[in-house]
Amino acid sequence: MGGKRKGIEVSLAIAEAVGQANADVIAAYPITPQTHIVEHLSELVANGELDAEFVPVESEHSAMSVCCGSAAVGARTFTSTSSQGLALMSEIFFIASSMRLPMVMALANRSLSGPLSIWNDHTDTMMVRDAGWIHVFVENGQDAYDHMFWSFRVAEDPDVLLPVAVNFDGFILTHVIEPIEYEEDETIKRYLPEFRLKNALHPDKPVSMGCFAMPEIYTEAQMSREDGLVNSYPAIIKAWDEWGSLTGRQYHPIETYRADDADYCIVTMGSYGETAMEVVDTLREEGEKVGVVKIRLWRPFPFDEFQGAVLGKKALIVIDRAISFGGPGGPVASELRSALYKKEGAPAIVNYIAGLAGRDVSRNDFRNIILEGKAKAESGDTEGFILYGLRG
Amino acid sequence: MAKPMEQIKWRELEPGAVVTEVGSAREYHTGTWRSARPVVDSKGCIRCGVCWLFCPDAAIIQAAEGHFEADLTYCKGCGICARECPTGCITMVTEEEE
Repeated sequence: MGGKRKGIEVSLAIAEAVGQANADVIAAYPITPQTHIVEHLSELVANGELDAEFVPVESEHSAMSVCCGSAAVGARTFTSTSSQGLALMSEIFFIASSMRLPMVMALANRSLSGPLSIWNDHTDTMMVRDAGWIHVFVENGQDAYDHMFWSFRVAEDPDVLLPVAVNFDGFILTHVIEPIEYEEDETIKRYLPEFRLKNALHPDKPVSMGCFAMPEIYTEAQMSREDGLVNSYPAIIKAWDEWGSLTGRQYHPIETYRADDADYCIVTMGSYGETAMEVVDTLREEGEKVGVVKIRLWRPFPFDEFQGAVLGKKALIVIDRAISFGGPGGPVASELRSALYKKEGAPAIVNYIAGLAGRDVSRNDFRNIILEGKAKAESGDTEGFILYGLRG
Repeated sequence: MAKPMEQIKWRELEPGAVVTEVGSAREYHTGTWRSARPVVDSKGCIRCGVCWLFCPDAAIIQAAEGHFEADLTYCKGCGICARECPTGCITMVTEEEE
């Protein structure tokens, strides 16, 4: 259990994990803040350290198209993008999941234009929330490194066969140097079996992929897709459990911190969980019964685990990192409201949208959000959302 | 196809709706889309095969007598053959008039 510890930028560790996972095909176009991942992978391939096909495509649309082709022949496939890149590949992004093509994307979360911004929030990933991919959010560098192996394992599981997006906060994680515990190649080999795609494209056994569907069959095809995503859940849990027993690092779809006896919980997704935990420690010292609920698995959404973690609480203070314009609030909060609708013991939900396009959300801001959110919940002021820090 | 499309249940689909049966498009009779059919005057046909080349659905076949004609099981009635025929021996006739 455990390999050597290395101080390394998270992007480079992700690239090296893809190398350790022995990816066959990498097709990606560089875009801030994902650039270092792609650059380092191209170095690994050019230096002969990774025996893979590195396709320097001319756009993200082509990147995702190459990934579909490579996954269709049963090659272990990796890509990475952000923001506008994801928007450009969105057409093929939906096709990858509809054709049940296993691949892994490191999605360095960044705001979408406009106004033009290169900084971090969750606007890009929310655009493809309903595209049929498995979505997981990681919190720190170790988490990101570990989830590269987990995501290949889940994607290629014969009971799953779906693309997986590993969401991690741009700059906050991509450009930060952290101590990361590397696993031995032998451990990875044990964890990650060879990829065998049953219906792979092969001249010996021709199949047709991505066929035209008339109204008579489109509904059935979509139900099959929905069923595939929902039923990926046991394989997702099994892959986390096995990683846990191999490395000692265990992950869960919903993770909590000091939440068991808490009356109020702050709900986060991604790197914000770390700051939230620190602030909760301070507030606990002051006698506030507060805790943290972190959503790791976003799709398929873990309804049972989420309800189990929060039913009986007085209120949840949900931090969103994107706006659903003209809608019911942040995409996470509106989903949680729906997940709790008519459930006995459902907590109230106070929705903050914060940290858009990299605006810093400090410890003190978290403290304000938790205490103000608690006061709002106590006074029954839980409608809509609060755009935290908005001037005017 | 093992089953007509409208009878397939969702659990019977392969993951990703992959079609494992080769040549199954043959079972899909696109001729039902047609609102006009190409009628060939076989005496005017010089057997050049231009209609056969241009047909986007490979729905032109060569008759035993040598001239070309449409396979009405698949012909969607687009009229490209009639437009391209150098002798003008193909006429589009609306189905309603038949």
